[in-house]
Amino acid sequence: MIAEAGLAALWFAAALALLQLFLVGVGSAGGKSELLDAVRPVAVGQGLLASLAFVLLVTLFLRSDMSVLLVASNSHSMKPWLYKFAGTWGNHEGSMLLWVTVMGVAGAAVALFERALRRDAHMATLGAQAAISLGFYAFLLFSSNPFARIASPPTDGQGLNPLLQDPGLAFHPPTLYLGYVGLSVAFSFAVGALLTRQVDAAFARAMRPWVLGAWVLLTLGITAGSYWAYYELGWGGWWFWDPVENASLMPWLAATALLHSVTVLATRDALRAWTVMLAVIAFSMSMVGTFLVRSGILTSVHAFAVDPERGSFILGLLALYIGGALALFGWRIGTVREGAPFELVSRETMLVVNNLLLSVILGLVLIGTLYPLMTEAFGHKVSVGAPYFDRIAGPIALLLLIAMAAGPLTRWRRDQARVVAQRMLVPAIVAAIVAALLGALAWGRIGLLPYFGLVIALAVGFGSLAPLWKRKLRRTPLFTYGMVIAHLGCAVSVAGMACDSAFTVEKLVAVRPGDRIETAGWTLYFQRIMPIAGDNWTALQADIAVNRGGDAVMIHPQSRFFTAPPTSTTEAALLTRWNGQLYVVLGQEADDGRWQMRIWWKPFVTLIWLGGALIALGGLLSLIGHERRGWLHRWRARSAA
Amino acid sequence: MKAKHQRLILVLVALVGLVGAGLLAAAALKDEAAYFYAPSDVKSRGVDTGKAIRLGGMVVKGSLKHAADGVTMRFDVTDGKATVPARFTGIAPDLFKEGSGVVAEGAFDSEGVFVATNLLAKHDERYMPRELDGMTYNETTHEMKATP
Repeated sequence: MIAEAGLAALWFAAALALLQLFLVGVGSAGGKSELLDAVRPVAVGQGLLASLAFVLLVTLFLRSDMSVLLVASNSHSMKPWLYKFAGTWGNHEGSMLLWVTVMGVAGAAVALFERALRRDAHMATLGAQAAISLGFYAFLLFSSNPFARIASPPTDGQGLNPLLQDPGLAFHPPTLYLGYVGLSVAFSFAVGALLTRQVDAAFARAMRPWVLGAWVLLTLGITAGSYWAYYELGWGGWWFWDPVENASLMPWLAATALLHSVTVLATRDALRAWTVMLAVIAFSMSMVGTFLVRSGILTSVHAFAVDPERGSFILGLLALYIGGALALFGWRIGTVREGAPFELVSRETMLVVNNLLLSVILGLVLIGTLYPLMTEAFGHKVSVGAPYFDRIAGPIALLLLIAMAAGPLTRWRRDQARVVAQRMLVPAIVAAIVAALLGALAWGRIGLLPYFGLVIALAVGFGSLAPLWKRKLRRTPLFTYGMVIAHLGCAVSVAGMACDSAFTVEKLVAVRPGDRIETAGWTLYFQRIMPIAGDNWTALQADIAVNRGGDAVMIHPQSRFFTAPPTSTTEAALLTRWNGQLYVVLGQEADDGRWQMRIWWKPFVTLIWLGGALIALGGLLSLIGHERRGWLHRWRARSAA
Repeated sequence: MKAKHQRLILVLVALVGLVGAGLLAAAALKDEAAYFYAPSDVKSRGVDTGKAIRLGGMVVKGSLKHAADGVTMRFDVTDGKATVPARFTGIAPDLFKEGSGVVAEGAFDSEGVFVATNLLAKHDERYMPRELDGMTYNETTHEMKATP
């Protein structure tokens, strides 16, 4: 019964989305206010029904109802409940249902809480939102029904890919999806603004919290995904330039550019057309990401569906939405008036530079990700890997960091080059000193890119704190703190990346229980190998006592075996210290009783993810700062009246 | 400065940026796109020593040998038409085994041995590396075939 109820809820939600689109279209065109009055309740109803469908699917997974095809092929009755729960979206259909649910809830929120927009723009936004949702409802109902039954249910089910059975990965996709969907709302705002000819500062202020929220979640999602790949895959790296990673990086790059340009539009009323364009691109990138990951065109742990029909369905949606939005943009952009002017030396120009550099990186990553698909269409198998991306992204990212250090130190509208140069003096001196010191100490031992990375990271660190210089700290608005912390987070992350690539020490050995290994100042005493068992796996676990000077600490790298599906995984042992991480992977047993072991000492590697968390925190503070100002404003207006 | 001029400058800067980026991408792709080779491609087209490529195929049954240091292994990679020797030092992925598909990143040394720096094996039983799509392996004859 539950599955049928879920399917019914999904159909009703889709019907309400259709109704929502119809009400907006006919109501706006005919100026029928009573039709438009119904739009908000319909949007709320749609959100509720989609949520109901999702909750019912979660219930099916938690109850291990093997008569449902999706549960049988992706879950197992012996699995820990957390992974039954998270397994709901650890597959194609479930993740698409999660997508429309989040989208429905976001639409309901826009219907209920949005106050900054004029009524016609608000309605057009809800119409655009319904149009996007409809495509995804159609996709679910016609080609990937999550509630389909099977005639002869198995007793146990096939299980979830063990690589996905990890708390980090269980919550990583929803975070990313919330970010993607936040961008879809920004996209709907842009479409609404174009349709009603209201591309202005008020529109940007309404869109900004959505962009900020989406950006915070994308940042968290990427950071968590990177840390997951680092500790779960056991290869010691933190970014692989896997197409699936790129699929989440590209929307983030676009959202970062959008975040900065929407700020220009909201505060200075400049960059109108560009901001609308970026809103279209940002959501297009999240669609492209979904297409790449879910169409099965790429193989990866994340790519579930190897089904050309679904791929072409998503491709069709992609063409429809992106093409439609671009056509609308081309048609209406002539009516968007020019915004406020600004001088060449100004905060606006710095933000334009930021936007250009981000767009260039985005373009290059997109080319690198799609190139293999394009050449394969012409019969050549090509793979574009890390060397390409490192080579193109590294130098531009360094330029971007310089712009980031200088940007907050320039004034809005107009500034004098000489004065900006003076403000840049302290970070520049810091950078010069660090460059000289580091050069003297480690020249020739670290690569050029890590060298510049460290120097620029320190300069950016100081540059990003500079806006707080000589300010009354308690009077400084929260969103200024947000910017400072987010920029500082970038510096921290870059410092971590540079340290990791410059100073990591790696050792690969074959050892017997009882052996000692010395590396990077650490002593590892390999005591024994023990078999152990978990909920749905067994493992061989090494007991290793490690110390550097002080007392020994035990660490336990494992080799795990899962029976459903039959797979083995490597569980690395990580020992975190303030100045870095010791990372130990247990390999296979050689014929003579020796065990392969790979050991890394990674100085300051944790800064990479700490920086990511700081960036997200900065975004969150900014969001709270802007929202609080809005609340205060409304509260004062109400008390005055 | 007039707004028109300023906009012109920005547009020019953007154009220079885009063209520069395009050239950079083209140059980097030309050098760095690791071309995918099957053993028969290696034999027919030849690969320069030291050129970074991806080699894909099946690990020939009975060819896997561990060296005395315990961390190096040698194996042969085949696509049914040709076979090349390979060497890898490190911890192999869990699903790396004889008779199984593999994509190896690395380069040929002067003796014609493929020195792999990284092995990409199947993540789980259900799928093959994308590059090996369209190849099947016959367990009894140890032959690889391209399926139509």
